[in-house]
Amino acid sequence: MNAPTLTGYNFAYLDEQTKRMIRRAILKAIAIPGYQVPFASREMPMPYGWGTGGVQVTASVIGPQDVLKVIDQGSDDTTNAVSIRAFFARTAGVATTTATADATIIQTRHRIPEAPLTDGQILVYQVPIPEPLRFLEPRETETRTMHALEEYGLMHVKLYEDIARHGHIATTYAYPVRVAGRYLMDPSPTPKFDNPKMHMSPALQLFGAGREKRIYAVPPYTRVVSLDFEDHPFEVNRFDKPCALCGAHGVYLDEVVLDDRGGRMFVCSDTDHCGTRQEQGHRGDLSTPREGSAA
Amino acid sequence: MYVAVKGGERAIANAHALLDHSRRGDHAVPEIAPKQIREQLALAVDRVMAEGSLYDRDLAALAIKQARGDLIEAIFLVRAFRTTLPRFGHGEPADTAAMQIRRRISATYKDLPGGQVLGPTFDYTHRLIDFALAAGAPVAEPAEAGEGEPADTPHVTALLDGEGLIERNPPQPSGRPVGDLTREPLAFPADRDLRLQNLARADEGFLLAMGYSTQRGYGRTHPFVGEIRFGEIEVEFVPEDLGFAVPLGRIQVTECEMVTQFKGTAETSPQFTRGYGLVFGQSERKAMSMALVDRALRAREFGEDVVAPAQDEEFVLSHSDNVQATGFVEHLKLPHYVDFQAELGLIRQLRREHADRAAAAGFTREAAE
Repeated sequence: MNAPTLTGYNFAYLDEQTKRMIRRAILKAIAIPGYQVPFASREMPMPYGWGTGGVQVTASVIGPQDVLKVIDQGSDDTTNAVSIRAFFARTAGVATTTATADATIIQTRHRIPEAPLTDGQILVYQVPIPEPLRFLEPRETETRTMHALEEYGLMHVKLYEDIARHGHIATTYAYPVRVAGRYLMDPSPTPKFDNPKMHMSPALQLFGAGREKRIYAVPPYTRVVSLDFEDHPFEVNRFDKPCALCGAHGVYLDEVVLDDRGGRMFVCSDTDHCGTRQEQGHRGDLSTPREGSAA
Repeated sequence: MYVAVKGGERAIANAHALLDHSRRGDHAVPEIAPKQIREQLALAVDRVMAEGSLYDRDLAALAIKQARGDLIEAIFLVRAFRTTLPRFGHGEPADTAAMQIRRRISATYKDLPGGQVLGPTFDYTHRLIDFALAAGAPVAEPAEAGEGEPADTPHVTALLDGEGLIERNPPQPSGRPVGDLTREPLAFPADRDLRLQNLARADEGFLLAMGYSTQRGYGRTHPFVGEIRFGEIEVEFVPEDLGFAVPLGRIQVTECEMVTQFKGTAETSPQFTRGYGLVFGQSERKAMSMALVDRALRAREFGEDVVAPAQDEEFVLSHSDNVQATGFVEHLKLPHYVDFQAELGLIRQLRREHADRAAAAGFTREAAE
């Protein structure tokens, strides 16, 4: 797709002064891993809650040589991922890809790619509620104080109450983590399955919350530990079956309803990972000859 | 069979083409032009300018057309355009006492300098559907004011201030420029300049409900409408290289000053307090609501207990922006199946364990019998 870039707007939409302001926030965020840096979030031409924070971060770090991948729910082809990818293709004229390995910047909503990230890659998360303590304490003035005092007992009490009530920690996504042994951080609503991928990742992880006007970061090779208890260690979500299309084990699966008689299939949430495996000849239980590209 | 859960670029393009088609409606009906919206739906234009935070009637009218009359969508369009505009600085404080009055009423005095000027208002109309309007009845010429010098129209609060009956407006805090929440993230506690900016951009319906709640006892302030005025004011700007103010043009605004519950201490004698509202265009509902909420939010300053939602700064300021609110509420229609899958896995496990426990309990009960 070689659509001309949008006339009348700066490279990657935002003006350079705004980008500089956002880059300063990003640098501060990298210097204090897991700390939420307030920034003067701009109105963007897509709605709040639809990735405006991630889009602003991407717009501030992207250059003409970058190769951009955008995923939502692990897929390059979900509506919002298509829309954001088209936005940057149009406003920055950058190359886009669906291949995790080929991308220099990956903007994501709700997933971390299955393929391990590498040095020099940037993973940009779209974040709805950056404050991990928000649902325990609605006031920003309070939660900022709690972070300053490293007062995270409330979160442990919440997790303990889960165990007392359900026998398990009943948080399955947006599972809280400690970053570099200091700040409690919300990994964004990724399933807890993805939490271990954040730990010591070679990639730079940037988090943008547009509506809430916060940026935070996990620098490369930083410790990211999911909260747990000695007698209730952290566990990732598990699936009974492999992917029905590529046969992959140990990946996150989407449940697809096949009929109204209880028929279900489980397929890779990461469509690039699944497609790559199928091209390599891996097959699952329900593999069929690949259809022409459905659009 | 693989059920396609894909959006796909073509599907999106088709949806947008269908939107364009639906916007046009029945082709037998003439297409509406933005200038018709600007002239004949002027109050909708006013609202879009006010909450869009950009004074441009033509742009607001076009946004309303593009948004098919969805005003929050139109406000969003204007905001997204506004954010790309270069910023040269901020204007000089506008002198609303020098307003060219189109309407000015006070509820605290029967008559006063400048008089009560009713202007164009729905007040006192009977809300009966005017079927003649459907046919496009000719409109009578409005009455003209008599000849003579335009009267000075001082603020009612200035009259009260002359007697020391009302608190003085605090001077502009020196040493720092006026705040701008579109350039700096809002931090709490927020000063009154930022609160007022937030309220001026806030959703009219939200402010209305908040203001209303103070009247019903949730943070009562005993308000009187000192004055509502609507008309044109001059906007001035000091370019750095000139060093003196130059007029940029005239804008229409509605201003409301509420005279509210008095305060006094052992040291100071009692005085009325103020609530302030200022909105682009003509919107008394919004200006009045804003003034009520402004006063309620000053609770901390006056040492009042913060017990009601309208007094709670974090609550009001964090939820007043309809572009933010609509975006986040409506984002729930984006796919969430990855997180939902995680919840499905957990609830199935919990139910399985519950069933196992129930079966085991049933077994022991049977064994005991």
